[in-house]
This record gives sequence, structure tokens and C-alpha cells, in this order.
Amino acid sequence: MMLVVEWGIAAVLVGGGLFALIGSYGLLRLPQAMQRLHAPTKATTIGVGAALLASSLGDLPGGGAFSAQEWLVAAFLLLTAPISALFLAKTLILRGEAGDTLPDTRTGRPWATLEQSPPEPSPEPPIPDHPVK
Amino acid sequence: MILPHALFFALACFALAFVLNLIRLLTAPTVTDRILTLDTMTVNAIALVVLYGIWAGTGLYLEAAVLLALTGFVGTVAYAKFLLRGSIIE
Repeated sequence: MMLVVEWGIAAVLVGGGLFALIGSYGLLRLPQAMQRLHAPTKATTIGVGAALLASSLGDLPGGGAFSAQEWLVAAFLLLTAPISALFLAKTLILRGEAGDTLPDTRTGRPWATLEQSPPEPSPEPPIPDHPVK
Repeated sequence: MILPHALFFALACFALAFVLNLIRLLTAPTVTDRILTLDTMTVNAIALVVLYGIWAGTGLYLEAAVLLALTGFVGTVAYAKFLLRGSIIE
């Protein structure tokens, strides 16, 4: 039984490492900015989740105890990865870095992110001075 | 007895991913790509810390993983907000 658990944890470790490697390679190789957003936010999150799962169960074959603290880190990462991806996608759209790669919305209206913004987003928004209040 | 080998393989994969991220950080075409790369580097660093914790046989390094996860997310959001608005706390 413990042998099965051990091989399972080993498979999780190997798979997680491969996922993280593919995520970082995709970040390096994918051609479009919006595509590059996909690889790290999904594949790397799965990879680190697998590493945390292996760390949580890793002591079981040696007679150790189950560890719960990893699940806190995993839950936090799974919650925050989509939020940071959304922020970065909005940054790409509003700064015009996505360029012509955004598909047509087919509703006659622009993307919702662009509707909330000034009509001509400058590629390098000026940084205003902040007087001391 | 397969676990040490699998652990070594995962560590090598995450280290290679970290090197690829460093290359991307130096050759990033846009600023947003650089922020995304920093976020990915934080996630990979969390995995490296956790795997080192398995290898060292202690759960102490999980505290560092929690802190990295927190500060990495806040840093990414702060960078993106700074790019969009020119300030972080308005």
C-alpha cells in the first residue's frame, strides 16, 4: 500500500515539474502577448500545486504525518492566480500592448475594458506629479 | 525508494524553469511581460522552497512559501496598478 502511495507522490512530483517547465517555456516562446499570459498562469500554477501536494503527502510513506499547511499556500495561489492574470490582461489591453491580436467582439461595441477608459489609451501613460497634500 | 529521484527531477525542472524566466526577464518585449515574468518567478521560487523543504525533511520552509505567495500577489497587483494609473494608492 505504501509503495503505491510512494509511486503516486513520485508521479505527482514529476508531472508538476514538467508542467512548470512547460509553463515557463511557453512564456518564453509563445508569439502573442495574450497567449503568453496563458502559459504561466495556468501551467505553472498546476506545477506548484503538484509540488505542494507532494510536500503535503510526502511524509506518509516513511511513517510520517499528513501536513495541512501546504493546502493554505495552494488555496491562496489558486485564488490569486486568476486575479493577477485579469490585472495583467487589463494592463495589456489598456496600454495597447495586445495590439491587433484582440478578436472582434461581434457586438458592435469595443471590449468592456476599453469602454470604461478614455478613447485613446496612450501606450505610455504619463505619470502625474503627486503634490503633498 | 523512487521518491529522492522524483524529487531531484522536480527540482531540476523548476530550476530550469527559473533560468528560462530569467532569460525572459532580460529579453521581455513589453513591460507587462516583465511583470508576468516576475509573477511566474515568484511561483517557481515558492515551488523551489517547498521542494527544498521536502529534501531537508522539515516543514519550516512553508512559512517562507506563505510569505512569498502573499508578497508576490501584492507585488504583481501593485505593478499592474502602477502601470495603469500612475500611482498605487490613490
